[in-house]
Amino acid sequence: MENHFEDVTGVRASLSDVNYLADDGIAGIVYLAERLGKPILVEGPAGTGKTQLAKSVAEMTDARLIRLQCYEGLDESKALYEWNYKKQLLRIQAEGAGDWNEIEDDIFSEDFLLTRPLLEAIRAEDRVVLLIDEVDRVEVETEALLLEILSDYQVSIPELGTVEANQVPLVFLTSNATRELSEALKRRCLYLYIDYPDLEREREIVLSKVPEIDENLADQVARIVRSIRQLDLKKSPSVSETLDWARTLVLLGISKVDADTATETVNILLKYRTDIEKAIKEFADSPDGLSDEEE
Amino acid sequence: MTVTEPELENSPLLELLGGFIIELREAGLPVSLTENLDAMEAVTHIPLEDRESFKYALGATLVKNHTHWKAFEVVFEVYFSMRGEEYIIGSEAEGEFSGEDQEGDESALPGQGQPQGGGGGMQSLTPEQLAEMLFKALLNGDMAMLSALARQAVLRFAGMEPGRPVGGTYYLYRTLRNLDLDGVLEKLMEETKSQTSQPMSQFEERLERDEFLDRIEKLKAEVEAEIRRRLVADRGVEAMARTLRKPLPEDVDFMHASREEMSELRKAIYPLTRKLAVRLARKRRHGRKGPLDFRNTIRHSLSYGGVPAEPKFRFPRPAKPEIMVVADISGSVASFARFTLHLVYAISNQFSKVRSFVFIDGLDEVTRFFEGVEDIGEAVHRVNTEADVVWVDGHSDYGHAFDVFWEKFGRDLNPKTTVLILGDARNNYHASQAWIIQEMKKKARKVYWLNPEPRAYWDTGDSIVGEYTTHTDGCYEVRNLRQLESFVEKLV
Ligand SMILES: Nc1ncnc2c1ncn2[C@@H]1O[C@H](COP(=O)(O)OP(=O)(O)OP(=O)(O)O)[C@@H](O)[C@H]1O
Ligand SMILES: [Mg+2]
Repeated sequence: MENHFEDVTGVRASLSDVNYLADDGIAGIVYLAERLGKPILVEGPAGTGKTQLAKSVAEMTDARLIRLQCYEGLDESKALYEWNYKKQLLRIQAEGAGDWNEIEDDIFSEDFLLTRPLLEAIRAEDRVVLLIDEVDRVEVETEALLLEILSDYQVSIPELGTVEANQVPLVFLTSNATRELSEALKRRCLYLYIDYPDLEREREIVLSKVPEIDENLADQVARIVRSIRQLDLKKSPSVSETLDWARTLVLLGISKVDADTATETVNILLKYRTDIEKAIKEFADSPDGLSDEEE
Repeated sequence: MTVTEPELENSPLLELLGGFIIELREAGLPVSLTENLDAMEAVTHIPLEDRESFKYALGATLVKNHTHWKAFEVVFEVYFSMRGEEYIIGSEAEGEFSGEDQEGDESALPGQGQPQGGGGGMQSLTPEQLAEMLFKALLNGDMAMLSALARQAVLRFAGMEPGRPVGGTYYLYRTLRNLDLDGVLEKLMEETKSQTSQPMSQFEERLERDEFLDRIEKLKAEVEAEIRRRLVADRGVEAMARTLRKPLPEDVDFMHASREEMSELRKAIYPLTRKLAVRLARKRRHGRKGPLDFRNTIRHSLSYGGVPAEPKFRFPRPAKPEIMVVADISGSVASFARFTLHLVYAISNQFSKVRSFVFIDGLDEVTRFFEGVEDIGEAVHRVNTEADVVWVDGHSDYGHAFDVFWEKFGRDLNPKTTVLILGDARNNYHASQAWIIQEMKKKARKVYWLNPEPRAYWDTGDSIVGEYTTHTDGCYEVRNLRQLESFVEKLV
């Protein structure tokens, strides 16, 4: 497969063309992943653009996104492939008393195979990006299903043999770190931590995702969110919450956020009652900076 | 493309990389052989001048745990950004760094180009002029100028001398004291206020101040980095890497955490409890096997041609234990008690009931602080400030505290109760009343003792932990988050 990516700057620019605002770390690791043919494991707080990154990379490379959403209890038959038992049974019944070896060969052929996302990605003829979303939700033992694909880009099906990828697809795994992933999995991946964006990047994200907003308001939004994130909160506002807030402000026709507006709308940014109270208190009186280090 | 072997060998870069990885391991980061090789390959795809990409390439291949990133950055900085003669202490005598004495390789620092120009002739500035430039740079957010000024400030104020065995913090302190950044912040605010036509609201002022604080933080970081560079030049990379080596947050000792480490620990506790809660919930569901789940077994038997080859079981609901935490919250062990209470309450849905008691020489039940609260951190904070724990002099008296506990709450112990006693058992030579623990043990399901001191110190001086723990079901050394997490997990 030819390299798409010239250099890190190029990746960053192309991502920004599809409205994904990356920093040097993000762009650098995407670039490297393609060069090295390695999957990327993306971790970070909720709503910082982990899933979106895979989608945007697919868009920018004109690739089809294949997504495996992980959940507890996910197994081989949902992740890799499954034999179509019903169809197999029908075939066996239809045959009656045929030659068993022949039937067996037949029912374990491609026609009876139900392809699930991982196998689909491996067998794709077109260009694909594989997203294995929220991988921390599957049990540790289930991770084993992924290992062969992640290191060799192939799937072994006992009845059929080994299916190798036609091309090395870009693979993204995301995790909210509700548990440690296995060393085996981590070793196979490049690691990317996406943190909350800095002021400039958040402003750019707002401008690009909420095009109706004017620059001053976007700047204010990013600043206020930055200040709020410095508080000692149970849950800091995510980028999606920043975007929701920005959209709300635009809908309300607000051109400049003052303390009252912030107080009235802060429930869009923060979800816990105690966090909301804390923020409101900070908006109201603020003699010496948003410092929260003291106990 | 892959790197060919001969290339791997004699390249000085890869040699450097080898040393770097050794240093990472010394700092406690787990780097496997595959990762090592990945890193070596990765850097061949990155133009060396691009230091940021270089750093991210190494980070992505070598550091797979975000809490290790800081440790990585420090080692990286020491290794790759600080090799160059211009940092040798004493070079200030020759004036400005010309920029051409660098070989153009490892010593090329990002952002080094511009400030040179801005710094031209800075040596001859009066202190007032320098302060004025700093003020302007902060006011306008001129980062290039700020980093030139940071360097100049270190030259002038840090008073660094070759070979002098003082730490970086000392130089940092000296430099910052001379810059008087608090005063500068106030001046910046005044200047801003005087520039706006309408008076600023409190809210606007707050945001403005946060912006300046952010710039000041960046300036401090530059000063710190500059000091570190000079120290490295003076003492050598390996020695510096050793001095700078910091324990990972999960290994920081509760009893000896610095202020900064404490704040790191406080930040680490929320994600940690969340992780733990998820893991425990999962374990509960998958732990032991219950009765056969008939329908599920049949459903799965389809994959075996109707043979129930893989029996499925219902998950049992084992009875949840009741927890009583009895914690010493005096001086040096206070933070340990805080973290433990925090963790226990964060997973309190794993228990049928949690009650907590804190003591110094008196004892108080503090369960009420935790009831119906959303923010455990705040409840813990209230425990520390509001609980009634001083009886005579505010020095730990385990014996008296246990007396009170036994008298008031002893009857509440029952075969479902697990008691956790927290403390170093440094009893100031008071009576131990160890018989109470023995009685507790008879009535409760389990009694555990958690001690934040290193095992080697137990039963030395006025520690009488052994006297108590002969009566318990176990005594655990819990000095850091890692040990705490693993104990709590065992408990459920
Ligand atoms: N860098 C970015 N550029 C553009 N949009 C972004 C960026 N980061 C986040 N967003 C937007 O923020 C929202 C949340 O992103 P996303 O769903 O990818 O987050 P996530 O990290 O996957 O969160 P979760 O952990 O909850 O799954 C999306 O609407 C996304 O478009
Ligand atoms: Mg997501």
